[in-house]
Amino acid sequence: MYSPAVMDHFHSPRNVGDLPDADGVGNAGNPISGNTIALYLKIAEGTVTDAKFRTFGCAASIAASSMVTEWVIGRTADEAASIENDTIAEALGGLPPTKMHCSAMAADGVRTAIEDYRSRRELNAKAPKA
Amino acid sequence: MIIPMASIYLDHNATTPVRPEVFDAMEPFFKDRFGNASSIHRYGQDARSAVEEARARVAGLVNGRPGEIYFTSGGTESDNLALKGVAYARRAYGRHIITTNIEHSAVLNSCGFLEREGFEVTYLPVDGHGRIDPGQVEDALTDQTILISVMHANNEIGTVQPVDEIGRIARDNGVCFHTDAVQSAGKLPIDVEAMHADLLSLSGHKIYGPKGVGAIYIRKGVEIEPTAHGGHHENDVRSGTENTVGIVGLGKAAELAALEREGEYRNLSRMRDALEARIRDEIEDVRVNGHPEWRLPGTLNASFPGAEGESLIMSLDLAGIAVSTGSACTSGAIEPSHVLLALGRDPRTALGSVRFSFGRDNTMRDVDYVMSRLPGIVSRLREVSAAQVPA
Repeated sequence: MYSPAVMDHFHSPRNVGDLPDADGVGNAGNPISGNTIALYLKIAEGTVTDAKFRTFGCAASIAASSMVTEWVIGRTADEAASIENDTIAEALGGLPPTKMHCSAMAADGVRTAIEDYRSRRELNAKAPKA
Repeated sequence: MIIPMASIYLDHNATTPVRPEVFDAMEPFFKDRFGNASSIHRYGQDARSAVEEARARVAGLVNGRPGEIYFTSGGTESDNLALKGVAYARRAYGRHIITTNIEHSAVLNSCGFLEREGFEVTYLPVDGHGRIDPGQVEDALTDQTILISVMHANNEIGTVQPVDEIGRIARDNGVCFHTDAVQSAGKLPIDVEAMHADLLSLSGHKIYGPKGVGAIYIRKGVEIEPTAHGGHHENDVRSGTENTVGIVGLGKAAELAALEREGEYRNLSRMRDALEARIRDEIEDVRVNGHPEWRLPGTLNASFPGAEGESLIMSLDLAGIAVSTGSACTSGAIEPSHVLLALGRDPRTALGSVRFSFGRDNTMRDVDYVMSRLPGIVSRLREVSAAQVPA
């Protein structure tokens, strides 16, 4: 059913946790009745330097969350924001058709985290200098 | 397929292995005893006598008469035949059917079909333990009611319904009563007289018989419109050349189930109760789904909020433990089990539920092995999801 990469990332997920001093946080999924991800990004000089996640969901969504943290570290905010819905599925060696939404959820998490990062920067830019 | 070191099957409500005695009984009918039970010559007579012997054994399991047992392809066909067969045969008397909201999908989807055909269906809600009150059935009756269908025991949570009282209400009001006994057969006593059942569904593969064969009990005198029309087999109720091999297997399985039921009940209860007690003791924040007393002996359905069902099952499978969940995560949304939602569980708790179902091949050592792995798996998944679940 699942590729070896999915099983590996499900069984030994990378970067589980949260970053209290994250520069961008992305929440995605369906908090009422489905899978959810919280993705925390640390971004320095426009490049993602660290990523952590917490995910409630099936094996595919945990694996996709783990993979997306590996994928995003080292990328620029612009590169990260251009993630496609199937980017993570491809990185995992494919997902069953019914599980493609797990890949999309991980991508949503990245896009939302980058949006959060950008809006925080705008706010900071507008804030009066002390 | 990778077979892990341990291999513990705890999914007997899904299916059971064919018992060796059953396989031995079936084997000759694959080979030399291949006759068509409808043929007049000796090959046919040999198959016919085997089919009739099986019919008597199945009748014995439910306390019916052999002439009231009809063989089908399984529980789903039996349920379809009961619902649609009675609805079409009795449509002149009324168009109202009463059932519950935790029936097997074979019953629920047959009801949905009949609604599209112009019948009206009342789905009685269950209480927090999955049980209905016979009074609800009485209150739902109208002068249009022609059929009541309430399962004997639920496949997901094991809750047993008060079928004797419901059957009595049906009988007193001149309404047909059908019960799906697919999960209770071989585990609980089944007596169509005590239940006042007019129709009752059974399946072979839940009682250590083969897949692809089942039976329906239809009380003598109950009118039924066949769903498969053909060559007048099974007294014109279910046409199609008899599946002799399967029927012989079902007959043998029914005979053994009737013989060993009481010992099985004690054995399954002991293992289930031990697992339940240890899960409650050793894992935090657990909810057991189902009725504390009115429950199938081998069934334990538990929710582990914060851990999702498929993840639990995949992790347990990697540890060599086969269990199942009612939920299925497909196409965008995880669909929580309709049974757990009917109990009033919130969708997220329902999504974190696992069903353990014991069988005759399990031992207390299996309980120990499960408890050597389950707490760690639950806490690992809760660690991954932490902060994603409202406290």
